[in-house]
Amino acid sequence: MKKFFFLALLCSSYCYAQEGEVHGDFLLNLQSYKDDARIGAIAPDEIILNNSFFNLMYSKGNFSTGVRYESYLNALLDYDSEFQGNSIAYRYASYSLDNIDVTVGNYYEQFGSGLVFRTYENKSLGVDNAMDGVRIKYNILNSIDIKSFIGKSRTHLEYSDGIIRGVDFETSLFELLALEKSTNLILGSSFVSRFQKDNNPKFNLPQNVGVYGLRTNFMSGNFNYYLEYVHKYNDPAGSIADNSNNYATGNAIKTSLTYFQKGLGFSFDAHRVDNMEFRSERQQSKEYIINYIPTLSKQHSYTLLAFYPCATQSNGEIGFQSDLYYKFDRGTIFGGKYGTKININYSRVLALDGGSSLKNDSIDFTPVFLGSSNELFYSDLNLELVKKINSKLRVNSTIAFQKYNKDILEGKLPGEYGIIESTIGVIDATYKLKRKHTLRAELQALLTDDDDGSWSMALVEYTISPNWFFAIQDLYNFGNDDQKNHYFNFNFGYIKGSNRIEIGYGKKRAGIFCVGGVCKEVPSSNGFSLNISSSF
Amino acid sequence: MKHTVICFIFLFNSFFCFSQLVNIPSVNVKKIDGTNFNFKEIDNNGSPIIISFWATWCKPCTKELNNIAEVYEDWQDQTNVKLVAVSIDDRRSQSKVAPYVNSSDWQYEIYIDPNSDLKRAMGVSTVPHTFLLDKNKQIIWQHRGYVEGDEYELFDEILKL
Repeated sequence: MKKFFFLALLCSSYCYAQEGEVHGDFLLNLQSYKDDARIGAIAPDEIILNNSFFNLMYSKGNFSTGVRYESYLNALLDYDSEFQGNSIAYRYASYSLDNIDVTVGNYYEQFGSGLVFRTYENKSLGVDNAMDGVRIKYNILNSIDIKSFIGKSRTHLEYSDGIIRGVDFETSLFELLALEKSTNLILGSSFVSRFQKDNNPKFNLPQNVGVYGLRTNFMSGNFNYYLEYVHKYNDPAGSIADNSNNYATGNAIKTSLTYFQKGLGFSFDAHRVDNMEFRSERQQSKEYIINYIPTLSKQHSYTLLAFYPCATQSNGEIGFQSDLYYKFDRGTIFGGKYGTKININYSRVLALDGGSSLKNDSIDFTPVFLGSSNELFYSDLNLELVKKINSKLRVNSTIAFQKYNKDILEGKLPGEYGIIESTIGVIDATYKLKRKHTLRAELQALLTDDDDGSWSMALVEYTISPNWFFAIQDLYNFGNDDQKNHYFNFNFGYIKGSNRIEIGYGKKRAGIFCVGGVCKEVPSSNGFSLNISSSF
Repeated sequence: MKHTVICFIFLFNSFFCFSQLVNIPSVNVKKIDGTNFNFKEIDNNGSPIIISFWATWCKPCTKELNNIAEVYEDWQDQTNVKLVAVSIDDRRSQSKVAPYVNSSDWQYEIYIDPNSDLKRAMGVSTVPHTFLLDKNKQIIWQHRGYVEGDEYELFDEILKL
């Protein structure tokens, strides 16, 4: 009741603030569930579950404030069950004056690539580790940025025991020295530390655990080079059992190189990670992670290409990925009448040579710095072709060869599943029937002898711009000897301006879904869904 | 009960003054060369601006920007419009943004919103999301999602300005 009163009061008080601007957005996800023994779906007792979010922001000049009301009654099965009830889980006020920017309450922040520190939110899988505290940003001479903060990090609807403090410097050197514009060097460094009281009766635990990072970004003409190194001081779990407290330090190095010109683009990313998970509390689950190690693989958007997704093993891995983009000009052999675009992507991730420092803490051994073992975690070679055939038809096709170490990536027992090798093909054709009426079809196949066997997927979508869409799809596990399940789905929706409503019915398979570096195991389900999103 | 009534009075009261997002918020984004830029300062010398939130991994987004790229020159000739594409790619796919844009030969102004600060400030929950700004840089139209043909509605809106 108190919370509701607070929200109503805030809404109303905004009204009297003169000349300011009030805006926000609303999101509702409602899902009904029913038992479906065939796909292993179990309906929760509530039958209907709901996640809703309402953001309200007010800004006037250099001042802004906002709240987010979150309602989980109770949370959808895709979410952790700890999301329960209603809460004003996010509220902040901030102002900027001259070169200073002050925020109190909740905020999201990222230092560098996020290897040292990142808090963010992603509503599709229920990740939100917003900070609650104070943040100050300061800009000097337009080319030196200093960010500092103190606060506690959110997990589900609670805040961590650990108090997190951090500071970050970044300078754009060539801007600072007013040198030539086509070249630039950006230097950055950050330090973040977590305080948590040592209540362990048996062991002496560090109460302050620090992480520091150094980074540089050199840009010249069409080249861009990035390098970042981070180090974590020892962060034992805090167990009272002997041999359970690991005092190993951690580190990570990340680099990327890009080159581009008209019609051509190239990128290369590599990293080496050793015991580099940083959490807001000792001995907590993955939901408490407050840094981000970007996954080294292409983020696929087609269902079967993302069926076996790569997940970063922050305890220890080494790998790279590279992309080549090229456009064959119109009028050439491959380009045809309209030109053809291709993208080749290759990624490969392996275990560290000698295992991670974490694993070898007790025997005083450090893994080889630039070496990998033969243990493959993930690899993906894929080729995508985008082609306009004529004024009405466009075809997008992809072929991929993936290797997925299920034991490692899903935390199974060694040798339980082994490596799943698959070949995936996708054809996505769009045909314009009339100026605003379009038919789109997707055909996908994932061929493998491993795990649950081969899968296929077909989708047909009819859209009437700018308001309507209808889609039916079926995912079929045709290669499974035990049970050849169909996962049928029907969706339709209406969009007007910034409002969108979608109604769906169908089955979802159980699986690993990854968003923004976090992967979750989502149970299978069967039922209706209603999604409304709107902003004002 | 009494409290509930008071709450509803307050809420009801506040609905009268709900406005739309009109002004571009003051939020720092990254330019393609990695330097900071306050997004409030985007400018097109008194001509309309399109803001499109996208990501390299988002198929409807790249479809929208590819389709507009085919007619962009004509649009510019007729209306002087400028398209500003804000990528929400995080560090996982950020190094693909410049290669992707250049290989596609997009003539847009590109920014990166690495931790979705601008996206949040503008009430964007999913990509693509497209805004149209008039000559005073006021948001006068927005659209969620993209299906083939949506660019016609957008162009009609630009012509109305």
